Amino acid sequence: MPEIRTILATDCGSTTTKAILITKQDGSYRLTSRGEAPTTVEAPFDDVTVGVTNAVREVEELSKRKLLDADGKVAVAADEGDEGADLYLSTSSAGGGLQMTVAGVVKAMSAESAQRAALGAGAIILDVIAVDDGRKDYQKVERIRQLRPDMILMSGGTDGGTINHLVELAEMLVSADPKPRLGIGLNLPVIYAGNKDAYPAVAELLENRVSLRKVDNLRPTLERENLLPAREAIHELFLEHVMQQAPGYGKLSSWVSTGIMSTPNAVGKIMQTIAAQRNITVLGVDIGGATTDVFSVFKSLQGDSIYNRTVSANLGMSYSICNVLMEAKAENIRRWLPFSVSDAELRNQLRNKMIRPTTIPQRMEDLQIEQAVSREALRLAFEHHKSLARGLTGVQQTRTIGDAMTQGGTGLTLVNMMSLDMIVGSGGVLSHAPRRAQSALMMMDAYQPEGVTLLTVDSIFMMPQLGILSTVQPEAATEVFERDCLIYLGTCVAPVGTGKEGDACVTVEVAGSSTAVPYGSIKVIPLGFVTGDDGEPKRAEATITPARGFDVGNGKGRSRTVTVTGGLSGIIIDARGRPLTLPTDDAMRLRKIKEWMAAMDIPVDAPNA
Amino acid sequence: MGSAYTPGLTVSGRTVIEKTRRLPLKGAVLVQEGELVVPTTVIARTELPGLMQTVKLAEQLGVEPNELTSALRVSTGDMIEKGQLLAQTKGLFGFFKSEFKSPVAGKLEMVSEQTGHLGIRMPPTPIEKDAYVSGVVQSVVPEEGAVIRCVGALVQGIFGVGGERQGVIRAVTSSQDATLDESAITPECKGNILIGGQCVTLAALRAAAACGAAGIVVGGVVDSDLMEFMRSELKDPGFDIGVAITGHEPIPLTLVVTEGFGPIRMADRTYSLLQSLNGRAAAINGATQIRAGVIRPEVIVADADQAAAVAPPAADAGELRIGTPIRVIREPYFGALGSVTGLPSELTQVDSETWVRVLNAALQDGRTVTVPRANVEIIVT
Repeated sequence: MPEIRTILATDCGSTTTKAILITKQDGSYRLTSRGEAPTTVEAPFDDVTVGVTNAVREVEELSKRKLLDADGKVAVAADEGDEGADLYLSTSSAGGGLQMTVAGVVKAMSAESAQRAALGAGAIILDVIAVDDGRKDYQKVERIRQLRPDMILMSGGTDGGTINHLVELAEMLVSADPKPRLGIGLNLPVIYAGNKDAYPAVAELLENRVSLRKVDNLRPTLERENLLPAREAIHELFLEHVMQQAPGYGKLSSWVSTGIMSTPNAVGKIMQTIAAQRNITVLGVDIGGATTDVFSVFKSLQGDSIYNRTVSANLGMSYSICNVLMEAKAENIRRWLPFSVSDAELRNQLRNKMIRPTTIPQRMEDLQIEQAVSREALRLAFEHHKSLARGLTGVQQTRTIGDAMTQGGTGLTLVNMMSLDMIVGSGGVLSHAPRRAQSALMMMDAYQPEGVTLLTVDSIFMMPQLGILSTVQPEAATEVFERDCLIYLGTCVAPVGTGKEGDACVTVEVAGSSTAVPYGSIKVIPLGFVTGDDGEPKRAEATITPARGFDVGNGKGRSRTVTVTGGLSGIIIDARGRPLTLPTDDAMRLRKIKEWMAAMDIPVDAPNA
Repeated sequence: MGSAYTPGLTVSGRTVIEKTRRLPLKGAVLVQEGELVVPTTVIARTELPGLMQTVKLAEQLGVEPNELTSALRVSTGDMIEKGQLLAQTKGLFGFFKSEFKSPVAGKLEMVSEQTGHLGIRMPPTPIEKDAYVSGVVQSVVPEEGAVIRCVGALVQGIFGVGGERQGVIRAVTSSQDATLDESAITPECKGNILIGGQCVTLAALRAAAACGAAGIVVGGVVDSDLMEFMRSELKDPGFDIGVAITGHEPIPLTLVVTEGFGPIRMADRTYSLLQSLNGRAAAINGATQIRAGVIRPEVIVADADQAAAVAPPAADAGELRIGTPIRVIREPYFGALGSVTGLPSELTQVDSETWVRVLNAALQDGRTVTVPRANVEIIVT
C-alpha cells in the first residue's frame, strides 16, 4: 500500500462545511490548512458537494495544492506530484443529522438500552416509545406517525422471554404506518433488536410495510447490554438510506475513500481513543448552534471503561438559544453576568439571536450574555447525560454487607466528577472564545469539576475529521490531535465542600512555593508550556492540602500529591466550593463574578470602554 | 468583495415568487403545467390512511388468543360497520355465549393469534393542497404537487406565527414609528391584514383576534407580549417558543414581524410598499423555520392578471461591494441603514475582543462604523 502523505477531510455541519488538509512533514502528520464554506444541502443548491467544493477550494488557495479536478470533484490522487489527496474522508451532520425514534417494552430497561444504542451511533432521538411509558396506545400511534424519523430501533424482551409485548409494539407500528423523513414513497427502515423468539411474529406483521432488519438482541439478559450490533446496523442504514436520500450525498459517497460517518459518531471515536490511549476518564462536549453532544468514558464499579454519548437536540447557541432560555429560565442565565439586565431585555436579545443565528456579538456585554447562556446549555446537557450514562436498571445484584452499605441501587449514574481526569470542550462558543480562559471558566461553572481535572479545548473544531481519520489512519489522527487540535488550558483544583467566605479552604504547593486560597475565591498559578505558548505543556508535582471539611480526592482534610498539567491558564485553584453556590444578594453576586473573572484574567469591560 | 452571511429579506413591489405546493404523502395532482390558478384552486389531493384501532378481542371474549379464529365472524380484508358482530364464542352447550361488536367502522386489516388483537383501519382522511397564491402552474411534481409561479409584491418578515391565510391589506397606523394599539382595531378589520409600525401591543393582538382580522404585519413585538397572547389563545399557560419552527399554531390570526423582537421601527421600504398595497388582496403566512431549509414569513400580493404578467429581471443579491446598501442586524447599531465604504480583508478585533471579518459603513445618521460582516444584511434594491 502506498504511503499516505496527504489527507483531506471535510465535515458537513448543519450550517458550515469545514475542510482540513493534513500532510506528512519530516516524518509526522500535521494540520496544514483549513477552509470553510456554507453547507449547501438546501435550496437553491440542494447538493452537499457544492459546499464541499467551496470549502476545499479555500484549502487549495491557502495550501497552493490542487485538490479538485477539472469537474470540481475532490481528486483522490494516487498521484506522486503536488496534486490531489491520498485519502479523502468526510463526516456529516447536515440536513438535521440522523433522526431516530426508539421503541422498547420497558421504559427504564430495553427502551433505555435502545436509546443508548442510538445515541452512541450518533442519532438524535425524536421520541422513546415504551409499552409502559404512561401514554395511551392511540397517543403513541399518533406520535409515531407524526414524527417521520429516518429509522426506528425496536427492542424489548430478553431472549427466551415473553413475545406478546413485542408483537404489540409491532401492531402499533402497523397501525401508525410511519413514513421516513427523506424519500417520499420509500419504506421506513426498522431495526429489530429485541427478543429473538419474537422476531418471526414481528416480521410477519411488519413485512412489506417497513424495511425490516434484524440484529442481535441489545438486552439479551437483564444483566447484559449488547449495543454494538444495533449501532452497526444504524450506521449501515444511515449510509444506505439516509445518506443516499440526502441531496448530493450519493455523489459525495463516490468521492470519499471510506464511508461517510455521522459527525457525533466521529467525535465519539476521538473521545474513546483519548480515554483508551491515556487510560483515563474523559468528559467531552461539542456545543453547536442547534444541539449539544456530551461524551463520557467513566469506569464501572467493576473497573471497565464505559462509553456514553448523549445529544441534547434543542440545546444550542443560535438556533436553539431560546430553548436554553426556556429550560434554564432567565434568572439562571442572568446569574453568570457581571452586570444587571432585565428579563425583558434578555429575552428580546436572545430572541433576536434566534432569528438571526449567524450574527456575532460585537459588544462585550453581548459576548458575556452568550457565554452565560452557554454555561446553562452545558449544564443542562450534562444533567441529561448523567441521567442516561448509568448502570443497567432491573439487574438483580448479589451484594455483600459492605456493598449494601455503599450502593444506593441499580441504575446509578456512572458520572463521578471526583474520578474525572480530563474535560475536552469543543464547538464555537468554546473553541472560538476570544480568550481561552473564558472557555476554562465556562466549563468550570457548568460542570463543576471536583478534585483534580485537566481542562482542554479543541483548537478550531476538527475533532469530527480526526474521528473518522482514526478509523483508517490512527497514527495520523493521534499526531494531529496532540499537536494541532488539543489546546491545554490547565488543571483545575477544586475542593469539595462548603464553608464561609474567606475561611481557609485549600493550600497548593508546587515547586517549593505554597499558595493558600480562601473559600469563595479563584487563584491561578502560572504553569505554561515547555517551549513557547503551545505544544507540550509543563507538568509539575503538586501537593494539595484541603482544609478540614474539604475533599480533593483523598477524603476530607487529607492531602494529595499529584502531577498537574499546565496550559494557557495554568493551575486554576477553584475554592468556590462544591456544589458551587452563587450569592443570592445581587450586589454581592456581581462583585464575586467580577472578582472570579479578574482572577482568571478575563476582562469585564471592553478594552476601550 | 465578500459575501453577506445573512441573506437579506426580500421586500419587492414586483418580483417572481415560486411556491412549491406538495402533499405530505403521494397522491393525485389535479392541475397541469401552464394552468392559471387562484388561491383556492386545489392543486393535489390524497388520502391519509386512517389510524388502525386495535381491539383486544381475545381479552374481551375471555378466550385464549389461539382460540380466537373459531370465534371470528369476519375475515381479514372485510369492511366492518360500527356495531357489526365481530366474534362470538360457542359457549357451553349453546348457552353463555360471549360476543363482541365493532366499536368503529373500517377495514379489518389484522388478526393476531399471538396477542388475540384485531386491527381495524378507520376510513382515510382526505387531504387537499390549495394554490395559496394566484399564478401559473410552472411545473408539476408527479404524484406530489406543483410549483406555482406568481408575479407580484413580496414582503418577507424575519419571524412569524400562525399559518396561511388570505385577507385584504389595511394600513392602520400613521407611521413606521407608531405603535399599533387596540384603538386602531375596529369591526371593519375583520378579514384584513393590518399593517402597523414599530410594535403591536398585547391588547391590540387580542382585539384583532377577537374581531376576526386575518393577520398583522409589524416591525417588532415584545417577546413577553407575544408569549402572553399565545398562551391565552392556545389555553396553554406553559407555552413558549424554544426553537424557531413556527406556522402550525392554531391561533385565530397570523403575525408577521419584519424587524425583530422589541419595539423596532419598520424599515422605510417595507412600510412604504405595504402602504402602497392598501386595499389589495394578499396571502399571508407566519411560518418560520430558521434551522436547515430557512423559511421566512411572508405577505404576497399577486398581480391582477397573472396570464399577462411578465417576470421582472432577477435581483443581484448576496455580494457585498463598496456602496452596497446594508442594514445592521445586531447591537450596537441594530436597525441602522447605511452603505459599505470599506471591506478590509484582514481579521479585525471588535469590542468583544473577537477577531472577525468586518466592513466599514457610512450610516444614514452620519456615523462611520465598523461592524462584523455577519451582522449586516444587504438591502435588495
